[in-house]
Amino acid sequence: MSSPGTGGVEADATGDLGRLLERRRICICVGPGGVGKTTTAAAIGLELAAGGRKVALITIDPARRLAGTLGLDELDNEPRLVDRRRLAAGGVDCRGELWAMMLDPKQTFDELVARLAPDARAREEVLGNRIYRELSSAVAGSQEFTAIAKLYELDREGEYEAIVLDTPPSRNALDFIQAPANLTNFLEGRALGALLAPTSLASRIVGRGTGAIFGILRRLTGIDLLGEVGDFFGALSGMLEGFGERAAGVAGLLRDPGTAVVLVSSAEGRPIDESIAFARELDRAGMRLTGVVVNRMHLDGGDASDPERVEAALAERLGGRLAGRVAANLRDFQVLAERDRAGAQRLGRELGDPPIVYVPGLGGEVDEIAGLARVGSYLFGAAAGGRG
Amino acid sequence: MTVDRLLSRRLLFVAGKGGVGRTTVAAVLGLSAAGRGLRTIVAGVGGRDELPGLFGADPKRSGGGGERELIPGLSSIAIDPQAAMEEYLRDQLPIGPVADLLSSSRTFGYLAAATPGLRELLTVGKVWELAQPARRVPGGEPYDLVVVDGPATGYGVGLLAAPRTFANVARRGPISRHAATIHASLVDRRMTGVVGVSRPDEAAVNELLETGVRLRGDLGIELCGVIVNGVGRRRFAGRDRSRLRAALADHPEPAVGRALRLAVESDERERIERAEVGRLAEGVGEDPVVLPFVTEEIDLDALIALSELLEAGGSTGHRARGDRR
Repeated sequence: MSSPGTGGVEADATGDLGRLLERRRICICVGPGGVGKTTTAAAIGLELAAGGRKVALITIDPARRLAGTLGLDELDNEPRLVDRRRLAAGGVDCRGELWAMMLDPKQTFDELVARLAPDARAREEVLGNRIYRELSSAVAGSQEFTAIAKLYELDREGEYEAIVLDTPPSRNALDFIQAPANLTNFLEGRALGALLAPTSLASRIVGRGTGAIFGILRRLTGIDLLGEVGDFFGALSGMLEGFGERAAGVAGLLRDPGTAVVLVSSAEGRPIDESIAFARELDRAGMRLTGVVVNRMHLDGGDASDPERVEAALAERLGGRLAGRVAANLRDFQVLAERDRAGAQRLGRELGDPPIVYVPGLGGEVDEIAGLARVGSYLFGAAAGGRG
Repeated sequence: MTVDRLLSRRLLFVAGKGGVGRTTVAAVLGLSAAGRGLRTIVAGVGGRDELPGLFGADPKRSGGGGERELIPGLSSIAIDPQAAMEEYLRDQLPIGPVADLLSSSRTFGYLAAATPGLRELLTVGKVWELAQPARRVPGGEPYDLVVVDGPATGYGVGLLAAPRTFANVARRGPISRHAATIHASLVDRRMTGVVGVSRPDEAAVNELLETGVRLRGDLGIELCGVIVNGVGRRRFAGRDRSRLRAALADHPEPAVGRALRLAVESDERERIERAEVGRLAEGVGEDPVVLPFVTEEIDLDALIALSELLEAGGSTGHRARGDRR
């Protein structure tokens, strides 16, 4: 089946992110992978900036296309100002400022270590440690941690009136929420501390002191691995307090009333299931959803048209074959619109009817400022003649 | 890419951006393999366990050792790093109680959770174990093929790189040795393959191309096949565009106008999709197998239909057709 377009929209949107984000300093976009989170975050940032605020947009942008859209050669780990003239060329009258950056987990981590290290030697020891190098790059969890570490950093600096955070696609909301705590646990070195302390639980059970369990581990892992781990914790010991404070601050920030959490989904079955699971985890973790964005909706436009009548009406103008294709395309669209409506309703019901904003699929257009602005107009309720 | 060539390996990783349909492709590959009489298992990693649901099985109930036969010849398993670690310890430590002690010790649990990359190593180690002609798990029956429903791209490369990292960091001892063995299997193209999955959109194509570059550069692994999922059938021909636009400019009644607008948008989307499939083909140096956009929720019937399409070399929706129903 073909995937038809989206049509003129008469969105039955019930949400308006503009109103929901009015008094928020921070907007975190969460949700499953592949639903358009990066685009949504960028569009929110653009709208907030257009409305007069000085905005920092922290994006993950794995496809690296946002930089081009925003007219920046490259997004790096420091926010860069998007040229107001470029926004104007895309039809956006920006009364504030839009700053954008792409998160580099490794660099963020290095900066954190540099900031927290008591002296140059400790810093170099950590940065040069192989365990650290593994930890700070591709390992699961480090991206989540550094994303919020960066958010925390920018918030504390107080340079921006609003910060919009695009999060890495995780299947599990807890990965994200717990990232600070997991990392602190790790960095506090409880594992190794417990292992080496003569009074540790493990050694008491073994009854022969830590030597036995250490011996087994050494046999299993090879001594160099343990050695590296030990060096790592040793080098880090001077920074633990700083890391702990930071993790506590980040955890507080996630639940701060000035922080909005926007769940981004699409109307297909699997993303909806994942979004529902995601929202439940957020709830259990004490985080309240500010609103929900459902992307790529097949919104209206075709419902009122009867395919057979359309085909008959066009047969003469277009010929039977093309008229038939237009009608078949319309039928496909109606099936998808119905599917999306049912999916979105299910999502709303399962989440206790939070404010939901619908955004139609906008094809390749979102690669341009005007496309982002169009997404923004749906998000902020300006589309469809101010409805919603 | 031929299906035979793909399925000739013992270990097949399915990689791609979040939301492109990796699970669907893993299930379809599993069905094709089982259809050839290969004893096959699809392994979900990183908490993924969606296959039983797709096959209409109760997602909560799990078989012994986590391996569970869904239809004759096709099983699934959700890889659990903790369970994999216990298995490994039992395999490595001659004295059972010591293994039990270690794996139940909170200290050891902390260490395991805290060691960067260990979860990835245990995951890929378990997948490798499933693919061994002689299983290490007592009573384990060998599989002809293991299809790995991998995590989203970034972590996928991390997963494949984990054994080498550990082999290097540990340098000697059993972990280093085992990790080196696993790494050797992963980079052996007769043994292991990575199938890239994309959607016909710019973001997914970029990410897959980038993954291909990273796999080649970091690990010397080439993608052994590329599948584009969710490609809309080509409905409109080149000259239709201007005719549709002209009809739209002709002030049709609202109902007809809406249908025409939808047709123009679909035509536009078809063009974008074709361009993206072309760009992907150029980037990887071969024509990807194209699977169609499916409106319904994926169930066993849909999977069977997709697997037949895959066998036939993919969707042929590149001609304009009438689709009168």
